[in-house]
Amino acid sequence: MTRLLDITDLHIALPADSQRPYAVQKMELHLEANEILCVVGESGSGKSLTALAVMGLLPKPHVHIAKGSVLFQGEDLTKVSDDRLRQIRGSEISMIFQEPMTALNPVMTIGTQIDEVFRFHDKMPGKERRRRALELLRDVQLPDPEQAIKAYPHELSGGQRQRAMIAMALALDPKILIADEPTTALDVTTQAQVLRLIKEMQAAHGTGVLFITHDFGVVADIADRVAVMQNGLVVETGTTDQVLRTPQHPYTQALIAAVPELTPRPSRARSPEIVMRVNKLEKTYRSGGGLFGGKGRIVHAANDVTFDLARGETLGIVGESGSGKSTVARCIVRLNDAEAGEILLGDTDLRPLGRAAMRPHRSKIQMVFQDPFASLNPRTRIGKIIAQGPIMYGASPEDAKKRTLDLLDIVGLDPRSYDRFPHEFSGGQRQRIGIARALALEPDILVADEPVSALDVSIQAQILNLLDEIRDRMNLSMIFITHDLRVAAQVCDRIAVMQRGEMIEIGPTSTLFASPKETYTRELLAAVPGKDWFLKGSSAQAPAT
Amino acid sequence: MSHFARRIRYVVKRLLQAIPIVLAIVILNFLLLQLAEGDAVDVLAGEAGSATPEYMAELRAKFGLDQPLPVQLAVYLKNVMFFDLGYSFRHEMPVSELILDRMMPTLLLMVATITLAVGFGIFLGLVAAMGLNTWRDTAISIFALITYATPLFWVGLMMIVVFSLNLRWFPTSGMENFAMFYEGWDRVWDIAHHLVLPTITLSLFYLALYTRLMRASMLEQAGQDYVTTARAKGVTENRIMFVHVLRNALLPVVTMAGVQVGALIGGSVIVESVFAWPGLGMLAFEALFSRDLNLLLGIFLLSALLVVAVNLVVDIIYSTLDPRIEVS
Amino acid sequence: MTFWKLFARNRGAVVGLAILILITFMAATAGIFFPEDPFSLAGQSMSPPGENGFLLGSDSLGRDVAAGIAHGAKTSLLIGLLATLVAVCVGIVMGALAGYYGGIIDDLLMRVTEMFQTIPSFIFAILLVAIMKPSIESIVIAIAVVSWPAVARLVRGEFLSLRNREFVQACHTLGMSDIRIMMGEILPNCLSPVIVIGSLMVATAILIESGLAFLGLGDPNIMSWGFQIGAGRTLLRSAWWVCTFPGIAILLTVLAINLVGEGINDALNPRLRERS
Repeated sequence: MTRLLDITDLHIALPADSQRPYAVQKMELHLEANEILCVVGESGSGKSLTALAVMGLLPKPHVHIAKGSVLFQGEDLTKVSDDRLRQIRGSEISMIFQEPMTALNPVMTIGTQIDEVFRFHDKMPGKERRRRALELLRDVQLPDPEQAIKAYPHELSGGQRQRAMIAMALALDPKILIADEPTTALDVTTQAQVLRLIKEMQAAHGTGVLFITHDFGVVADIADRVAVMQNGLVVETGTTDQVLRTPQHPYTQALIAAVPELTPRPSRARSPEIVMRVNKLEKTYRSGGGLFGGKGRIVHAANDVTFDLARGETLGIVGESGSGKSTVARCIVRLNDAEAGEILLGDTDLRPLGRAAMRPHRSKIQMVFQDPFASLNPRTRIGKIIAQGPIMYGASPEDAKKRTLDLLDIVGLDPRSYDRFPHEFSGGQRQRIGIARALALEPDILVADEPVSALDVSIQAQILNLLDEIRDRMNLSMIFITHDLRVAAQVCDRIAVMQRGEMIEIGPTSTLFASPKETYTRELLAAVPGKDWFLKGSSAQAPAT
Repeated sequence: MSHFARRIRYVVKRLLQAIPIVLAIVILNFLLLQLAEGDAVDVLAGEAGSATPEYMAELRAKFGLDQPLPVQLAVYLKNVMFFDLGYSFRHEMPVSELILDRMMPTLLLMVATITLAVGFGIFLGLVAAMGLNTWRDTAISIFALITYATPLFWVGLMMIVVFSLNLRWFPTSGMENFAMFYEGWDRVWDIAHHLVLPTITLSLFYLALYTRLMRASMLEQAGQDYVTTARAKGVTENRIMFVHVLRNALLPVVTMAGVQVGALIGGSVIVESVFAWPGLGMLAFEALFSRDLNLLLGIFLLSALLVVAVNLVVDIIYSTLDPRIEVS
Repeated sequence: MTFWKLFARNRGAVVGLAILILITFMAATAGIFFPEDPFSLAGQSMSPPGENGFLLGSDSLGRDVAAGIAHGAKTSLLIGLLATLVAVCVGIVMGALAGYYGGIIDDLLMRVTEMFQTIPSFIFAILLVAIMKPSIESIVIAIAVVSWPAVARLVRGEFLSLRNREFVQACHTLGMSDIRIMMGEILPNCLSPVIVIGSLMVATAILIESGLAFLGLGDPNIMSWGFQIGAGRTLLRSAWWVCTFPGIAILLTVLAINLVGEGINDALNPRLRERS
């Protein structure tokens, strides 16, 4: 019997001035009916281009298939006519994408966009097409299909949009579904729901799914088989069990080792010295309204938020997007002004301080940002980025330079970095520079807002280690904002869970994980991808302490 | 709430937002009047030449110019409300009557120009974007580049030299041939014949603008993710281009069409004076020549109000094209 | 890649630069090649090009068209540059304040900008020059007054997106002053689009100036291309050259500046190059 999809010796060529000649090389991969194959790799591994190549959607002529074949039920997709390829797309092979907002046409209703799939592949009366579309929307569990069919993409939430995308992709019951990081842009609870939906739909229709992801947790949850890619090469393939339990290739081993485990770190004694107390913090946003707009909507980004921070501890603030976790962080460093409550640093309440009065306290609390590409001024040299803080606070240029060189050493960068510009560094290195900048003023408290979520998993681990090391070495307290419970488990002594502006639960990491009090906390924990697998995995291994 | 109800609310909101702008324009007009040499009466009467001191004093009292500035502004606002824009001594007519007399020809020229420029601009931009880097694209791009750099009045004069004086295809000036006493369709045809050269002249620059914008917009939209999605669904390239991409690409062009109306009215001053087209622009040119500042200010005020009105219409059209507008 | 290499990739831009250098040279040497006042009678009136020692002919008063073009180049470039400079400075200040502070300041400044964009700019410029009496200063002021809103909107947009960029927030957490953040951190990052729009504005300013001069609103003591065409329009039937050559001069200058502007754009925003 011919295989559903059979990729042999596939080479995808990149434009002449790229870093490497081929995005994908010597690829051998196959997909059977009724199975989910996960292609895992870090950014730049060539996994997304593989998906596009199967669909015949490579951005020609810059990127094209140089060699090899892609057999779909024995038919070589690299050789068929554009017309035949168009026929296959959407009916036999369909695809869903990472960012459902941009992947849907903003000026067309969901109904019209689903309808197109029918119109361009099947002869069907309009009524029938509408009935089928409604049925699909019901199948993907959209709450109100009658409403959703008339809605424009911006009127749906992120998870709903991805469901609509899935409905569209499954409209004609394709044999293959290609999913390119379909849950990366979603919140963790939504991600869990969408993953479950994909798995259900796949099982119901016997579809073969080619699932692209960077997250081994997702792999553990959904895959039957796994292919690991590195720099355009498939370095390892096997069943999920084989690859996760006994990885053969060193790269796979390193990747799996870098996946943060959900087991909480061993608890440490909490220092009795409290460096900061936050009392009943309030912050609201008004949206809409304006001069003539009438009533606006009021959103409580922080509602009665209270916590304290001991010297040397790391407090994690965990929540999904819109939970208010970043707002709290920004109010503490006074990037935002809270409306009520106290932010006590020692005996001083920082909240009501004006800019000038705040200035002497600025150096005590410093921040590490999320996006390593946006957090450094592209037109300023590294040396100046780090040294300008101390100079502003009165250090002589020589002292500031010496301190900067020390800091570069501490964060593990070459002293020659001093005279370079940010674009010469990778994401992980930039994040190190951002950490050095925050440390330059010798703060007591470091607020880190999703410091690793923009980084590849192997680099994540390095940065987390660095933060840990620095905290111990400088006896800092840290507030660590993250959406990822696995990361939080690795670095936090205590964890606070936020939902809709409220801090619903706070406690030592191990207690919170072992016996969560709130339903929402339990939901969050249950939604962590690969939770079962990695908990099981870690308990199976010898305790690593 | 239905899309329709939300759109009505949006239109009302935009109407309300236009009020402060109109008010600001009127006040600006008042300030310009103050800025002119001497007081408004000098401007109003000075050019009349024959004004006696008694008459001047009477005028001052009438316009309340002996009053403090805020009172003057209030009087001015009241006058503008009742569309009393003063008197033109040159034409011996109230300014408002003069302006209303000359409005129709300008509106005719504007509508013809916008239709031609936007329509052809979209078409040419589309052709250029679809045949990216072919000879068609290159030719259209060069054409747009050159027309974009040509002064309107010079194009007008060259048109007259070529098409009126040498080829004798079109008349050199005016809106109709009064000597022939045409009526009915003959008159329409005569006016249309006169309309051709001014319209082409005025639209060339904007044609270039919309062509370039449309081309860039099409190319930008063609690179968006939703286009990949449409391809992945197996939708034909024609449908992707003409339904998915085109509709999104039109949005910035429509916005631009609204923004450019003001510039278009400015251009009509030049084109109307070149072709002696009897509209507001020609009137402005005459006012300039005879130093009839009050008339000039009246034209300025009216044309600004015209732009506000056209922008409103454009916004309403835009809101039907872009469903997202209801949210913001 | 260096700026010049990227710039030189756009062949049109190189041609434009060459033309622009030529025109600048012409403007700089106008006093040497045509030492006489361009308004003065230089010989036989209404001479066609090439006759009676007139390279490009003469008008009804016997003024040399070629001399007028050379001296007019000076006027066009001077007014174009000055007006753009003023407009860019005003636009940066307004846009920076609006974008950086947001809120009421933004609302207020943007309403003003919106109003300036609504009023028909050319008629406004005519009015301003007519009220202030035609002179170089009044023309520069009038062009700047109608041109700054475009810069303000652009700068506001850039500031609006950059002020929430994390590197700017990092400066806030260091306690840096607003003025230093605006001038030292944000402004350098939005200079490239400002340079591009500025270069294109010089071209527009030259077009507005020639339009004003055509309508008789030029500085009466200074020769300009618009004035030449305006004075020659009554001679269209008998002496086509009086209008034609200054018009070509305007066309070439504006075209050259637009080409250079596009070249600068390509060089400063290499990402966009592939698209067009």
